[in-house]
Amino acid sequence: MITAAVQEREHYLNASYGIKSWLLTKDHKRIGLLYLATITLFFFLGGAFATLIRVEPLTPQGGLVSSETYNKLFTMHGVAMIFFFLIPSIPATLGNFFLPMMIGARDLAFPRINLLSWYLLVVGGLFALFAMLAGGVDTGWTFYTPYSTTYSNSWVIATALGIFVAGFSSILTGLNFIVTIHRMRAPGMTWFRLPLFVWSMYGTSLIQVLGTPVLAVTIVLLFCERVFQIGIFNPALGGDPVLFQHLFWFYSHPAVYIMILPAMGVISELVSTFSRKPVFGYKFVAFSSMAIAVLGFLVWGHHLFVSTQSVYAGMVFSFLSYFVAIPSAIKVFNWTATLYKGSISYATPMLYAFGFIGLFTIGGLTGLFVASLGIDVHVTDTYFVVAHFHYIMVGGTIMAYLGGVHYWWPKMTGRMYPEIWARLSALIIFLGFNLTFFPQFILGYMGMPRRYHVYPPEFQVLHVLSTAGASVLAVGYAMPMVYFIWSLRYGKLAPANPWGATGLEWKTASPPPLQNFDETPVMTHEAYDYSTVIEEVIEVG
Amino acid sequence: MGRLPLFPEQASTFAPDVDHLLYYLLAVSVFFTVLIFGAIFYFAIRYRRRSDQELPHVQHGGMVLEILWTVIPFGLTMVMFTWGAKIYFDESRPPVDAVQINVVAKQWMWKLQHMEGKREINELHIPLGRAIRLTMTSEDVIHSFFVPAFRTKQDVVPGKYSTTWFQPTKAGKYHLFCAEYCGTKHSGMIGWIYVMEPQDYANWMRGGATGASLADEGAKLFQDLACGNCHKADNSGRCPSLVGVFGSTVKLSSGGTVKADEAYIRESILQPNAKIVFGYQPVMPTFQGLVTEEGVLQLVEYIKSLGAKPAAAEGAH
Repeated sequence: MITAAVQEREHYLNASYGIKSWLLTKDHKRIGLLYLATITLFFFLGGAFATLIRVEPLTPQGGLVSSETYNKLFTMHGVAMIFFFLIPSIPATLGNFFLPMMIGARDLAFPRINLLSWYLLVVGGLFALFAMLAGGVDTGWTFYTPYSTTYSNSWVIATALGIFVAGFSSILTGLNFIVTIHRMRAPGMTWFRLPLFVWSMYGTSLIQVLGTPVLAVTIVLLFCERVFQIGIFNPALGGDPVLFQHLFWFYSHPAVYIMILPAMGVISELVSTFSRKPVFGYKFVAFSSMAIAVLGFLVWGHHLFVSTQSVYAGMVFSFLSYFVAIPSAIKVFNWTATLYKGSISYATPMLYAFGFIGLFTIGGLTGLFVASLGIDVHVTDTYFVVAHFHYIMVGGTIMAYLGGVHYWWPKMTGRMYPEIWARLSALIIFLGFNLTFFPQFILGYMGMPRRYHVYPPEFQVLHVLSTAGASVLAVGYAMPMVYFIWSLRYGKLAPANPWGATGLEWKTASPPPLQNFDETPVMTHEAYDYSTVIEEVIEVG
Repeated sequence: MGRLPLFPEQASTFAPDVDHLLYYLLAVSVFFTVLIFGAIFYFAIRYRRRSDQELPHVQHGGMVLEILWTVIPFGLTMVMFTWGAKIYFDESRPPVDAVQINVVAKQWMWKLQHMEGKREINELHIPLGRAIRLTMTSEDVIHSFFVPAFRTKQDVVPGKYSTTWFQPTKAGKYHLFCAEYCGTKHSGMIGWIYVMEPQDYANWMRGGATGASLADEGAKLFQDLACGNCHKADNSGRCPSLVGVFGSTVKLSSGGTVKADEAYIRESILQPNAKIVFGYQPVMPTFQGLVTEEGVLQLVEYIKSLGAKPAAAEGAH
């Protein structure tokens, strides 16, 4: 038990004990940890599916599992990772824990709703787990009709209901954050003094509130057709199968930004703290988050370039997709410029941040390929797309998530993790990731379709490389799990501000008191003003 | 195992177009990747923290930089957009003299039929140097017709016709994949495209079992389903004559007009009440379930063939 060993003073972990004090807590910090435990479970579940998905293509004939099982594995990998890990990941854990602290608040605006949103995720997760244990689902995480409504003989409804319920968790979290950011900022915390993480959470929350209901509607329609045979998507019942794709991607493309915007927010914090400089072009980075949140709603049709959507619609969606690429590029350039003449530390969170910028750059640039109509016709539904979105979702979001967890771990637990092991994990993950997914770009351009259980033998070498990378990656992901748990008991005690960071969350003890701050903080300077942190100054450059 | 292939074959007129665009994208990507990675490595080493008390100078403003790194990438992406859109537009416009082939997809096979009547399953033989136009539909779920060597892909959607086209430039044998996940044996829904020298193709076409032409098959079906009882060639029936209808503009009782293309003919057979021709009553029963997708395609072909001929084509049967 961490709490027993830490200091005598009271904090949020030792203020009360017992299972009830956790399951009925209204403390945003404890709820953040509940989320952390929940999504970690789904991360390793999704990871187990991923392992099997990668081991199978070692041979082209597909000897390890049957086609039916393989299809269920990639479906459940997607469902677990997207709906129960990536979407809640940074907002529900780090956001829940630190958003109130960063703006100097005691809690979120609606603590009870915050607890409710965790329960909704758990209930949704139980539906999905039930579906997986009962026999699985084989539609792909995209649930394309009419396969999902008419032809699949698997647990479509249970899974879809799980996603439906978990969606309300996302909506309520977004709502809670928006109100909190508007109403609960400490004195002096003006909009342009907000840490950039808060700006990115604001953009994310807008998407969660505006986009997720469309997913709910889509699932209800899918339910109506599958259960009551009401013709909506199946042409045999008078429906239109492509309509489903429009509805699905109207949510699921913005959902990509639910997954990546918070990661960008984390990176802004890390790059600033570990180069000890304000983020270059603060307002550009802040507004680019908002631009991404808005433009993200206008590009869903780029998933439908070969779906029989009209040629002219395809052109409009391609054009708009390039617009949404620009704010992402602006962020990358500004992060890089922040390093210029900085005081750059190689602490673990910064290594993750470097990894993020590199992998996100490649993920973003390959996004330009798939946004280009001529290229996308060839590479859509191939491994090229798989590689592209894993560079964003895994190379981007998970790198940032892990960077953020390392960065804030001392604050959350009051303990330091072992630095050497942590740096090693960042390096292993970076190398393993590239070995796993870079060959998939080549596979995709060669023409290897995604979701193939059996494949022509000429693709085998690249598949073997990718699988080799995945085993390195698995080691990289297992390491933090081990040393984080180790650190809870054996880690060095963390000071209030181990990194010399400027955010308000570092102005209080580690771990924080139950009310976050002993007295309400007052923000008296711009964000990232390091002169307030360091007394003795030696200038560089 | 053993070979490490890095680039797909180029076997259609689109393939070099797409690959040239790829080279442009690769050049831009390599440039920015090197720029970002290089800058990060250089800054990280040059400005590494030497003492815990360091406090760097704060740089203010960077409006020129911000504008530069907004405008330059935007300009480069607009080239990607325009170039990609040009290829996409070309891919959607088959030449009029293209060889027509019908494709019906189902879990988990490709059924292909030539106008001359030859049928193939999971194999398609086509002549080198001719444009090939595919009219495709699905009997069940969504599939996707993907030939990597041609750089073309088009979803095959139940309930509607989709089309794609390509012009092979190299004789040989190329993969055909289903690219849209379609259920258990999705990865088994593959086949081969055989691109043949025109002479070989002609020989192949003559050999083996050759059924009646598609239009003749359609005519027979037209007869079997007793379509001619109402659709009389001389326009004396309860339903409009189909002679010369294909490709024409049809006036509807709802007031609008519709171009009589494949999709319209298909809809009129399967959902006859969706669009009623001006001056006629909605008396036709649906043929949904009574005629297969292949049958519908044959009927379409027959109706097309009526366009060229003078009236009274039905009388021949």
